[in-house]
Amino acid sequence: MILDKKHAMQQKLFRQFAETEFTKELQEELDTTGAFNWDIHNKMAKYGFMGVKIPVEYGGAGGDYLSYVVMNEELARQDLVLSIYANTSNSLGGGPLLLAGSEEQKKEYLPPVARGEKILVFGLTEPGAGSDAGGTTTTAIPDGDDFIINGRKCFISGAPMADWIIIFAKTDLSQKGSRGISMFIVDMHLPGVSLGADEKKMGIKGYPTSDVVFEDVRVGKECLIGPLNKGFQYAMRTLDGGRLGVAAMSVGVAQCALDEAVKYAKERKQFGRRIADFQGISFMIAEMAADVEAARQMTYHAAELKDANDPEAGVACSKAKFFAAEAANRCAYKAVQIHGGYGYIQEYKVERLYRDARILSIFEGTTQIQQLVIANSLLK
Amino acid sequence: MAYNSADIAAFKNVWVFCEQRQGKMMPTTFELISEGRKLADELGVELCGILLGDDVDGIAAELGGYGADKVYVYNSPLLKHYTTDAYTKVIVDAVEEFKPEIMIYGASHIGRDLAPRCAARLHTGLCADCTHLDVDLNGYVEFLRTGSNVDVDNTNFETKMFDVNTNLKMTRPAFGGHLMATIVCPRFRPAMATVRPGVMKRRPFDEEGVKKVEIVHPDFELTEADVKTEVVEVVKAAKKLVDLIGAEYIVSVGRGIAKDVEGGIALAEELADVLGGVVGASRAVVDAGWMTADHQVGQTGKTVHPKVYIALGISGAIQHKAGMQESEYIIAVNKDENAPMFEIANYGIVGDLFKVVPLLIQSIKDAKAEA
Amino acid sequence: MKIMVTVKQVPDTSGKVAVNEDGTLNRASMQTIINPDDLNAVEEALSLKDEYGCKVVAFTMGPMQAEPMLRELLAMGVDETVLISGREFGGSDTYATSQIIAAAIDTYGIDDDDIIIAGRQAIDGDTAQVGPQIAEKLHLPQVTYAGEVKKDGNTLTIKRMLEDGYMTVKVNTPCMITCIKELNDPRYMNFRGTIECWDKPLTIMDYNALKDHELIDATTIGLKGSPTNIYKSFAPPVKEPGMILEGSGKETTDKLAHILTGKHII
Repeated sequence: MILDKKHAMQQKLFRQFAETEFTKELQEELDTTGAFNWDIHNKMAKYGFMGVKIPVEYGGAGGDYLSYVVMNEELARQDLVLSIYANTSNSLGGGPLLLAGSEEQKKEYLPPVARGEKILVFGLTEPGAGSDAGGTTTTAIPDGDDFIINGRKCFISGAPMADWIIIFAKTDLSQKGSRGISMFIVDMHLPGVSLGADEKKMGIKGYPTSDVVFEDVRVGKECLIGPLNKGFQYAMRTLDGGRLGVAAMSVGVAQCALDEAVKYAKERKQFGRRIADFQGISFMIAEMAADVEAARQMTYHAAELKDANDPEAGVACSKAKFFAAEAANRCAYKAVQIHGGYGYIQEYKVERLYRDARILSIFEGTTQIQQLVIANSLLK
Repeated sequence: MAYNSADIAAFKNVWVFCEQRQGKMMPTTFELISEGRKLADELGVELCGILLGDDVDGIAAELGGYGADKVYVYNSPLLKHYTTDAYTKVIVDAVEEFKPEIMIYGASHIGRDLAPRCAARLHTGLCADCTHLDVDLNGYVEFLRTGSNVDVDNTNFETKMFDVNTNLKMTRPAFGGHLMATIVCPRFRPAMATVRPGVMKRRPFDEEGVKKVEIVHPDFELTEADVKTEVVEVVKAAKKLVDLIGAEYIVSVGRGIAKDVEGGIALAEELADVLGGVVGASRAVVDAGWMTADHQVGQTGKTVHPKVYIALGISGAIQHKAGMQESEYIIAVNKDENAPMFEIANYGIVGDLFKVVPLLIQSIKDAKAEA
Repeated sequence: MKIMVTVKQVPDTSGKVAVNEDGTLNRASMQTIINPDDLNAVEEALSLKDEYGCKVVAFTMGPMQAEPMLRELLAMGVDETVLISGREFGGSDTYATSQIIAAAIDTYGIDDDDIIIAGRQAIDGDTAQVGPQIAEKLHLPQVTYAGEVKKDGNTLTIKRMLEDGYMTVKVNTPCMITCIKELNDPRYMNFRGTIECWDKPLTIMDYNALKDHELIDATTIGLKGSPTNIYKSFAPPVKEPGMILEGSGKETTDKLAHILTGKHII
């Protein structure tokens, strides 16, 4: 598809911003220290990135899915972890409130999130409930007008910086599987909420991830989002949008791998000529270019379907996420291969790219879960 | 509309705006007087300086040593510091009174403020930041023969529009130095130009000229009400700025020093010391904050033509080349054998500057000791 | 109070620039960008807007293709844009261009507390003449090479940069300032701006809109009204390639040093 004037302008904005602000020094600092960088967070917030997809009445910019996809792609093209900075509020963080929140809840929580003043994260995964999110064991037991929450959420991206967390907890222990689960927004500063240690990750360092532990955490009923015992469907629908975001990041990473490979193949000389002139290299470049383009078109198409509220949008997001995430990994692999030994050392960007890319086919639904979603839509 | 400036026949002589700051003549003025002498000779007219300031008679006569026949001096406390309004008024009135046919200014931050204002008030043409001036057509053709890609022997230089032998031809780079344009101002006078500092060559100083030059103090009117801005203070930069323009040897550094900025600059300084030169920099280096802007060579920096220009780790963007390609000898050291700098270098070494420069310093010391 | 900014769409001369056989520029081969110094002018206007809540209006002269640039300025936070466009204006030199832009600004209206800001110079022509010439045509005081601007009521205190230092200049509004890149760091478009910019005002001023202004007549605008003309344009010469020395060790540097001393270059 060809971007219209508005989205082309947005693409230019995100590209200019990322090319200028995501300096090599910043990227290396994030990868080395693993620490969250508030300066770049605040700068992205100042330009409205945190509220791209949040409606104007809740303090956002009111952009559509295509805007969101263009943002994730362009930011991830420079640095994957920094695309996650702007992604959370527009995706898993803000998503559940937009889907199921009451007017008061949306008015209270979304504006500060859209402005980047508060960080809202998403807590679904548990030690025993990953792909099988229905296996949630965290409980929220009614106690008068309140709920008492107990349990442990793990791999929570952004938890160490978060002000609020959306969690899913069993509110009716008599119901089995994904039934009887409710959705809450919990203030991270409440008594009984604590963090696990920061995870030592393979890639996307610089956006800390940890466990969040709930021990007799008392929250009021105003923290319940959506109907009681029917929260699980919102988790699944939030993940649909999240998948689209990851697909877009994957396109950015794949494009970055291609950019780096092309640059290196033209510079590097062996046997008296550019390695680009060897067919073995040039074929890899061609495969990468085709992968990037296919992934991009699938992702943009899924965004268009989401914007049109098309019933096929959910499966289209899974297809895009499945294909783009795998394409990003193929491209990262080839980019390292083309760099040879230099691709294995940290002086070259593709080394980090290879590590970063790996998460794309894992988080927000693994490749295999996407395949199941796609297959089920055909075989049901 | 009829403009006085359109009465071409009424205008005669070449004028140079002689810029002074704090009572000291700016060195560019001597370059302009030298160039103005050439133009005046080609036209067979007088060369006059126009000097504005407060009690600046003492610096007027020196202009004669570079070829000025006459200097119009305007003294007033209101002219002590440059203001657009006061200087424009005095110059415009003087031009109306004495009617020079050509007037050139240095393309300094003052000249480029003043000249457009004067040109707009006088209704005449102005060409900015010129690097070459000709009246004589043959001189212009010879300049193009070596200074352009024009096949001069198969080019028609005549035109019905104006007399190509008497109109000032003002040549300047445009589009970041990718293109050169020669501009004329055939229908109005004076034809005005600002001239890039450091480009025109200063003539040998002639003591006789100092004795012969005529100093004139014309009457003029200027009141405080004419000046709409107020100069609160004038501050000279505390740090001594590097004199790239007058340097015989320049060692410049580019992005190639990135992996060890301080070490790279130290090497350049050492090499410059051995040669008795100074250190310059590419725009990338200045933009990155590694060196101050006074070191910058190129389209947005200074134009230099030293005897030897050594480019260390400078790829040679056209903007950089625009500021140094007239150097007598260019030596390039760069890791990338495809760096465009090698295309204009007289001598090149492909290699890491951090390895090559220490060796080169030693080799030059050895060679100088032998010689 | 309002701030009027003059901007220009220029070819990006930092990249590859193609020159045609006849010595003219192959514009089709080049990207267009907002002139870099003009972005500093826009930034200065927008930061004054942030502080004083005034309106910012951007003026440009050029073909209709300049519209996307104006939309980008609106997305940065500019309130209104004026595109001065007409065949009659084509071929104008700096003098004629200044006449036209001055007429457009005057037609729009200048109040006593207004400020006009321009970039120091455009990267295509590098003349730095249009700003001062607009000021002259509007009979306004000017301060060029502004490196710092402070506002106190209707008085501006400006650090005017010189090659060897600076002067501090006070000037009252209305006035013209031209600014250098050290003045500030231009902002990006705002994401929300990319959505809102399409509904903000973009006015076209053509020849008919300006023809009755006293500054506009056939002898002062366009190619015919320009005091200067291009006589020749050409590409600079390509220098003959020099000598790349073999290797990069001591024997190579020795060889170079001997050549240089041998030819009495050093």
